[in-house]
Amino acid sequence: MSILTPEWSAGLYLVAAACFILALRGLSSPRTARRGNLIGAAGALVALVAVFLSARFENVPWIIGTIVVGSAIAAPVSRRVKMTQMPQLVALFNGVGGGAAALVALLELSHVDSPWSGLAIAFTVLVGAVSFSGSCVTFAKLQELMPTRPITFPGQPIVMGLLLVGAIAAGWFVVTEPSLLVVGILLALGLVIGVLFVLPVGGADVPIVISLLNAFTGLTVAASGLVLGNVLLLVAGTLVGASGTILTRAMAAAMGRSVTGIIFGAFRGGSTAGSTAVSDRPVRSSSAEDVAILLGYAQRVIVVPGYGLAVAQAQHTMAELATALEAKGIEVVFGIHPVAGRMPGHMNVLLAEANVPYEKLQEMDEVNPQFKTADVVLVVGANDVVNPAAKTSKGSPIYGMPILDVSDARQVVFLKRSMRPGFAGIENELLYEPQTTLLFGDAKESLTRILTAVKGL
Amino acid sequence: MDAMTLLTIFVLSVFVGFEVVSKVSSTLHTPLMSGANAIHGIILVGAIIVAGQAEDPPILVVALIAVLLATVNLVGGFVVTDRMLDMFSGRKATAKAPRKEDAR
Repeated sequence: MSILTPEWSAGLYLVAAACFILALRGLSSPRTARRGNLIGAAGALVALVAVFLSARFENVPWIIGTIVVGSAIAAPVSRRVKMTQMPQLVALFNGVGGGAAALVALLELSHVDSPWSGLAIAFTVLVGAVSFSGSCVTFAKLQELMPTRPITFPGQPIVMGLLLVGAIAAGWFVVTEPSLLVVGILLALGLVIGVLFVLPVGGADVPIVISLLNAFTGLTVAASGLVLGNVLLLVAGTLVGASGTILTRAMAAAMGRSVTGIIFGAFRGGSTAGSTAVSDRPVRSSSAEDVAILLGYAQRVIVVPGYGLAVAQAQHTMAELATALEAKGIEVVFGIHPVAGRMPGHMNVLLAEANVPYEKLQEMDEVNPQFKTADVVLVVGANDVVNPAAKTSKGSPIYGMPILDVSDARQVVFLKRSMRPGFAGIENELLYEPQTTLLFGDAKESLTRILTAVKGL
Repeated sequence: MDAMTLLTIFVLSVFVGFEVVSKVSSTLHTPLMSGANAIHGIILVGAIIVAGQAEDPPILVVALIAVLLATVNLVGGFVVTDRMLDMFSGRKATAKAPRKEDAR
């Protein structure tokens, strides 16, 4: 089976590593993103060919069969998944990667030849397990299998501290007296720590935690590269660990939050300030026809899309409505909050799918000064990203997050399913303001009715 | 390979990782995360090596589970990223290629 000399396989690994660097580079820019992803996939293919040709392996039919089964599971799921469910799918893929790294390290225990490889195994098993169970919890939160709000219990920091001490102790034993038992204990501790690590994180912070766990998995892959003496795993894992860290910070910055604040319970304590007092206040709701008249006689309309648009799959209807308004000479732009939806860039992807021209999608800094001159702002299924509590209410969990200043506009129309608060679970004062009109219902149905009415004007 | 060489590779990779993504626009945060997620699926190489050396059935079973998980990570990661980006490229048919990132 061994066809390649070690030099050749090292050369192919080098090609694969270069592909991964080019992939990350490409993914950083819209024009080259898709090519970048394909380069990454090509790199992975080169690496797989290299590994099969580089050594005399047992069990090859089993291995290939398992790869075929894995591909047969993953590819159709990824191809068919709904746009709204992509974030949790990424979380799940990240988790299984961490799990795979932990298992690889576990099996390498019998080959420990130095304290360093013992340390690398301990790290991989622990962090891989954290990544696996943490990702499963983020999946459950995003899939709404469990409450999305932060979950805390009394004494949680103490429990977490004890677990970490236990993990360090178990890790020490893995280095000094490696045995399957201590590695098993370390694995179990890692799984529990992962769950406790993600539980207190809630609301819109979940995507940031996915990114952080992604960086963790990268580091475990790097560490398993050290264990196996495989340079490709070391390089690829480190790349993901480093770029994932930068990305996590960038995502947190886009929400005006710090990574440490998210993890160490910025959400704890004074949550939902004022929410008990406001829930029974009157709101002004309206019919689709009234909204159509508001829109039809405006000069400038700004649309603020959110998760509700994604859930209702209303992007095509939204694009049609924008076109119909433009046919009447009304200026329509889309104001995109960096974290609108459940993931950064979610709305851009969605509206691009509906062929909304790129220059109509404006980022927060661009669009914020324009709200003052807008006649109508149409908020479609967004809530937290336009909630003034982020600016005014110090005790609010979203305090400090930059928002779209829709309250500057003359009229604000909210398309909402219900008065239920947004993902962060807090009331929106803006709903009760005099310039606000609400239209209840599924975003797609509401937009369809507005579209019909606009065309009939 | 000696420890110093591995450490050198590790440190240089950290710098490359920081550098390549330093100028990403918020629009691409999600696809970039997903693409990086696919790349760490290369742990499949490690899983294959371990499975290929396995002699006892229990070890082989655990190794094959690792192969399965890693395959799901690798294949699923690249496919789902491509689907996200496919939706981006859809607009090129109707609009000019985006140039906004140059201004940053």
